Parts: sequence; C-alpha cells; structure tokens
Amino acid sequence: MKDFKKQKWAPWALSGLILVVLIAIWTIATLPEEAAVNVDAEYAALVGQAASTGSKTPLPTPGDVGEKLWGHVSDPFYDRGTNDKGIGIQLGYSIFRVLVGFGLAALVAIPLGFLIGMSPLLYKALDPFIQILKPVSPLAWMPLALYTIKDSDISAIFVIFICSIWPMLVNTAFGVAGVRRDWLNVAKTLEVSALRTAFQVILPAAAPTIMTGMRISVGIAWLVIVAAEMLVGGTGIGYFVWNEWNNLSIANIISAILFIGLIGMLLDTLLARLARFVSYKE
Amino acid sequence: MTTSNNSVAAEKAVAFLQVEGLVKSYAPQDASVAPVFEAVNFDIQKGEFVCIIGHSGCGKSTILNILAGLDEATKGYVIMNGKEVVGPSLDRGVVFQSHALMPWMSALKNVEFGVRSRWPDKTPEQIHAHAMKYLDMVGLGKAAHKKPHELSGGMKQRVGIARAFAIEPQMLLLDEPFGALDALTRGTIQDELLQIVKATGQTVFMITHDVDEAILLADKVMLMSHGPRARIAEIVENTMPRERTRSTVHHDPQYYAIRNHLVDFLVHRAAPAPEHPNTSASQANAEQHKQPTVVRPGLKALANTETTPSLNLLQRSAT
Repeated sequence: MKDFKKQKWAPWALSGLILVVLIAIWTIATLPEEAAVNVDAEYAALVGQAASTGSKTPLPTPGDVGEKLWGHVSDPFYDRGTNDKGIGIQLGYSIFRVLVGFGLAALVAIPLGFLIGMSPLLYKALDPFIQILKPVSPLAWMPLALYTIKDSDISAIFVIFICSIWPMLVNTAFGVAGVRRDWLNVAKTLEVSALRTAFQVILPAAAPTIMTGMRISVGIAWLVIVAAEMLVGGTGIGYFVWNEWNNLSIANIISAILFIGLIGMLLDTLLARLARFVSYKE
Repeated sequence: MTTSNNSVAAEKAVAFLQVEGLVKSYAPQDASVAPVFEAVNFDIQKGEFVCIIGHSGCGKSTILNILAGLDEATKGYVIMNGKEVVGPSLDRGVVFQSHALMPWMSALKNVEFGVRSRWPDKTPEQIHAHAMKYLDMVGLGKAAHKKPHELSGGMKQRVGIARAFAIEPQMLLLDEPFGALDALTRGTIQDELLQIVKATGQTVFMITHDVDEAILLADKVMLMSHGPRARIAEIVENTMPRERTRSTVHHDPQYYAIRNHLVDFLVHRAAPAPEHPNTSASQANAEQHKQPTVVRPGLKALANTETTPSLNLLQRSAT
C-alpha cells in the first residue's frame, strides 16, 4: 500500500473508486419513495400509477440510465422518422456541422491571422473589430443568420463558423507576430524568399500557437452546437436533448450528456495529437 | 563636395570593407537626444580578423546589424567590395549570439536551409553533401540528424558557425558568439574557429566582451568608447605572429602589453567623447570622418624588452 502512489494503475483505480462512489450516491438518492398521497381511484386509473401517487417524476436510477445507454450503444443508427433517430445519427449530424463550420473558420482564420500577425498596421486596424466581436455569444448571431440565410441547417453551421473563428484568428496572429526576431533575421541574411520564409520559418514557428487556437475553437464549437441545435431543431444531438426533455425522458438526457462529453473529449484528443506533431522543443 | 568625396573613395578603394561616418540615432529629428554612436569610420582588409570591444550599450551590435544589412544607419554608409550595403545578403554570413537555430529542424536541415538559398540550382544530394562537409568541419557530422534541443550550447553554436560558413560568404559577422558558453567549451571553439578561418582565409568581424578572446583571434581590435555618442576610439593592431594558439599565446612577450592596453582602455579611458558644441559645420564634418588612431602596444613592449638591460644598468649605477 505504501507504493500505491507510484503504481501506474493507481490513477485508474482511484478514478474507478470515484465512479463507484458517485453511482452509489446516485443510487441512494433515487431510491423509490413511499407513496405519500392516495388520490381518487378513478383519476388514478385515468393518469396511470406513477402520477396517481402524487410523487414527483423520480430521477432515473443508474440502472435506468444504464439500460438506455445499452439501448443506444447496441442500436445507434436506427431511423424511425423525424423525432426518433438513433443517437449515433444525431451525433453524426452534430459532428458534421461542427467539422464543416470549424473547417471553414480555419480556412478563413488561419490565413487572415497570418496576415494580421505579419502586419502591425493590419493588427492595429482590425483589433477593435476583433475585440468587439469576439466576446459576442455565438447564439446572438442565430436570429441574424436565420433571417439572412433562411436555412436553419446552414444557420447552425454559420454559428459554429463564427464562434470558431476568433480563437484561431487571435492565436494565429499572436503566434505569427511572436516569431523570434532571430529566426526572421536568419532568413533575411540568407536571402530566403518571402514565401519560403512564410512556410518554412513563420508557419512552423507559430504552429504550436495556431494548434492551441484550433483546440480552443473546436472545444467552443462543440459547446455551442448543442445550444444551436436546440434552437434550430430538426436533427443533431442538441435537438435530441431538447426532444427528450419534451418527452420527459431524463434517462435519455443523461445518456446524451455522457455521449456529448465523450465526443468532446475525442475531438480534443485528436487535435492534441496533431499539436504534438507540430510542436518543438527549444 | 562631390569631387572630394570621389577622391576619398578612390583613395580607399583598396579596402575590402569601408565604413564611413556611421551614425545611429533613435530620434534623428530631436537634437537633445544624443545618437547612440557617431563618427564611426573603419576599414577592413580582405582576410582580416577584426574584433570590436566595448561596454554594453555602446552600439556594437547595431554596427554589426548595419554591416549585416539588418539595421539602417541614420547617417553614413558601408561599402563592401565596391558596393554599398543596403540590405541583408548572402555575401555576409551572420552568427547570432543566441545561435538562432530553427528548433524544428535538425542540425543538418538548419545548415541546408542556407545552402539551398545560396545555390537554388543544386540538387538535394549536392545540398546534403555540401551541408555535411561544413558540419564535419565543426566536428558535428555524427550529430547531423539531432534537433537543436538535443545538442549542448557549444554544439548549437557550432551548427550556427557551420551554417554561416556553408554559404561561403565574403565576410563573416559574429555577434558575441561564445558569450553564453562555459570557459572550456569557449576555448575549444575559439581554437576551432581560428583553424577554420586560417584554412579558408575568411574575413571576419566579431563582437566580443572577452579581451583574451580578442587577443587570440583578432588581427585588429577596435575599442569603442561609452555611449551615447560612442565612437571607435582606437584601433589596436595585434602585432603578434598570426600562428598563435590559446595554450601558447600568453608566453609571447607582446601579450601582456597588448592585454594591459585593452584592459586599461576599458577600465579607464572608455569615457564618452567630450561634446564640441561650438564647432563649425566643416569642422564637424571633418570630425565625422576622422579615422581612429591606430596603436601598436605590442611593438612598444618588444622595444622595451630590448632596452631593458641597459636601463637596469643605468639604475644600478645610479644607486
């Protein structure tokens, strides 16, 4: 036991323990309550046994959620009409929107950030716009997007685009502007062309900072997609959550929360891997 | 005016590098702000090794950057090989104080980076071979594929030197290249640099804080006074034979005379030049283009050692 802290599996064991404790608390909290009030038998027959007891809709037990989770995992891609699609399909819609919006944002933000970082004049000129637009909640753009684009699906992608653009833009500009003077001087004294300097000196030097911006962006995009889809409706994990709220299926909502977290973690891990690829030690 | 300038230029056409009336001021419009340095004039001959010594802030690095084409002088000009220096060029290789290697490239790629720029028509194999030749020259052939963070400080600076030599520049500019190295490593690299410079006949301009380093390496040591209004106060010619090594140089009879002269200057005589508020424009112009005095303390020491015995005799007879 003395060497527990040094064991490789120690963090895993601790995580497992915490999980067990959490589930235990959850189980205790959702133990079925005694029926408190009896109502009119005719009414009870009409509304069903749970409502007739007068107790609140009980939170699902870990067992309920586990059952739902198993249901989702074993059949994630079914499609039984607009309001009944498998969670895999819904997550797929959300991931697609995030990747398209994020990809478009990267296509705009990285070259633009590069220019801003290279030109102090442009940096100063665009700074007020960036500073004002950056803190705007991306959802505030939603009505404007719906009004101008007139398509809920593209509007959701636009909202992802607009929220992903700022961290990448700011980080790219920051990284490019912060490239060590010495490296640029080396390129200058070696008469390296501007294009080669941009791709072989500035880009690799700023790449870790740019990657950090991309990681922040994809994180924000994944946060925002749930809210955006709740608003535009139709498809996606955000719509799924909202739909299950309307169905009062708390177990489904909890399963969705777990899936949202899982996908978010996957996206972040993916970009972290990419970041390691471009990072360098000085 | 033009004729006199032409005659000056014609007279000095022999010098490989001419620096004329260099002034650097960060507020040229504001007369109350003194320039960092002014009236900087010197020549460097082909194949010469010149060191510049001065206290921090006198503008040594700025002069080097102007020679490199990375900085612009407020007044004055630099002419190398008959052409004015107006920007960075592959004709002048620079070794930076902080080695300035690209950390994402291996040592080899760092050297190749410059080689490719110098000879764009070479094939990748030729570029590789050329870069390897210079890495071998600094003894790093085996570490060619290591990234800078895997190399020691001395090795990094060696790669920096290889990169500068590999483009085969007409002149090499070294900005305090060994400042960050420990004494042992510094000594080894000094010896190596001396070897390479001797073998290649490279013209070198180097900044240093280290008097011993200057005496070992330089043919001429330029002494700068304090800034602001720093100038090149004196040029000390190193009259010791050029075949000197770190282990034997201090046995040379001239060594201590030269060393004392340099240290004396740095400690006692580097004070800023007095201002001349009442000088006329022509006087100021002449002042601006005055060449620094050249001194040879080593030769004086040689002469003294020859006369010392007789001096001793005189003293003895007096007592």
